Parts: sequence; C-alpha cells; structure tokens
Amino acid sequence: MKLVAAALAALALAAPALAGGDPPRAADLEAELVCPTCKSTLDQSDAPVARRMKAYIRSRIAAGAGADEIKQELVDQFGPGVLAEPPKRGFDLLIWWLPLGGIALAALAVGALAWHWSRSRGPDVAEAPLDPELERRLDDELARFEP
Amino acid sequence: MLVAALLGLLVWKVAKGSDGGAAAELASGRSPAAPVFTLPRLDTDGELSLASLEGKVVVLNFWASWCLPCKEETPRLQRAWERWRDKGVVIVGVDAQDFRADAKRFTRRFGVTYPVVYDGKGSTLGRYGVTGFPETYFVSRDGKLVGERVQGEISDEQLERGIAAALSASP
Repeated sequence: MKLVAAALAALALAAPALAGGDPPRAADLEAELVCPTCKSTLDQSDAPVARRMKAYIRSRIAAGAGADEIKQELVDQFGPGVLAEPPKRGFDLLIWWLPLGGIALAALAVGALAWHWSRSRGPDVAEAPLDPELERRLDDELARFEP
Repeated sequence: MLVAALLGLLVWKVAKGSDGGAAAELASGRSPAAPVFTLPRLDTDGELSLASLEGKVVVLNFWASWCLPCKEETPRLQRAWERWRDKGVVIVGVDAQDFRADAKRFTRRFGVTYPVVYDGKGSTLGRYGVTGFPETYFVSRDGKLVGERVQGEISDEQLERGIAAALSASP
C-alpha cells in the first residue's frame, strides 16, 4: 500500500515537469530565427540586431518562457519574416501544401494520360480476326506438316 | 499553369524588390513624393501619419537602438529639433527592426522630445530604399523628398543644409 502511495506521489510530482517539457535550447531557437537586417539565421549572424535577439532569447529562456512563446514575441516585434520557416497555419499553410498539391496533381495527370493511352490502343493483335486469305494459306501450310 | 504563375510572381517580386525605393529616384535628381506611412508613436499613445505633416518640412531619420552611429547623432537631431521646431520644421524618428522596449529606453536616455514612430517590421524601409541605419531624408512642405539622402551618422552641417534645401524647395 505504501509502495503504491509513493508511486502515485512520484507521478504527481513528475506530471507538471512532463507536461511542461524540457526548456528550449537557445541554439535550436537561433537556428529557427532570422536576423531581420542580414536575413541569415541568428546562429550564423553577428549583426548587432542578431546579437540583441540572441541575448533576448537567453533572457526569456532563463525566465522560463517556452520556444513558441519566445518565437511569437519576436514575431510581434519584428514581423513573421524572422521565422526561418513559415508558420504551419492559416494562409502560410499554402507554402507547405502547394508543392504537395502540385506533386499529387502531376501524379494524377500522368495516371490519367497512361490510362487514356492504354485505352486508345487498338485490340491486341492476338485478338484481331485473321484475313480469310491469310487463314487459308496458313491452314495449307500447316496441313503439309500433318502426318 | 501553376508553375507559370509562381514564376511570374517571383519575377515581379525580384523586379519590385530591386528598384531601390524613393532613394533611387532622389539619387537620379528627381524629387519623388515621400512614401506615406501611418505608424504607432513610440513616445506617446496613438499614431503619426506623414500626410498629417503636410505644410511642414520634415526631417525623417531612420534609426534603431542597437545602431552605434545612431547614438552619436541623436543629440544632434535633438538640438536641431529645439532650434527649428518653431520654424515649421519637424524631426521624425522612425525606429525600425528594433525591440520597442529598447527603443523607448534609448529615447529616454538621450532625452529625445521630437516625435518617434515604431516600425518594428521595417515596412517603410523598402519603399524609401533604406539600406542601413542611421539614414536621413528631408521632406519639403509639399511632401517631396529633396536635398541629400544622408547614409550614416549625420553632421550638423548636413542637417542644416538639408533643412535649408527643404525650406527653399517648398512652395
């Protein structure tokens, strides 16, 4: 009974930590955010504004902010152009879905063309009726081989 | 069809993005209309529209708190503001690509009293052709860019010359 109670207590204590997840890593965020003046990711930039943004990221991580929260704060200040990848929601979803849609459309077009091509071919040679004259000659030739 | 549309969009964007903004027209000797904007004020509540300043000469100074030359020139702009404000000249700071809180600290530290607007996303930069901070433009009373586009820290002489050019160009 004591063992079960101890396990439940441990689970209760661990739950908030599991729900919150690990704190974001500055290096990960710096690779996902772009310096607004030089347009390269923060981890590749030493521009003054990039240095300031890196300091901001570190201070927010130290204050317990999550990755999404920090990114949103930077978007609020500098606009969505600071995201190295466009967000996967709203109108920006088009950027992700358009290429996939294009590939699907192309596959459909190729499939439809192949189907149309296979249907437009004439009947197989094996199924076509033989010319009566040719059939008669063939019978004559085969008759010569009969014992 | 889709590929052609996307290619067209790309070509349009490249052509549009490389036109150098109003600064390119100014460099070619013309006096283009200053691109209009309405931006939130940094120094107080509300917004400031460039159009609302028609009839006054405007010194438009693009800056950011992380920019070192901006720290050097700001006292100069403040002095010019104090000298010219009663003579129909307005200095407007456009803080761009910056943290709003940093910019507010900057203006407090340097005792800036001229109007400052906040353009965190830098939406005005491309239309003007701003390539770095600081950068200063002079707008005549009828809303046209005149005189010299000053890239980098502005001197007292450049400020006086620009203001004089804008005053004399105005109808």
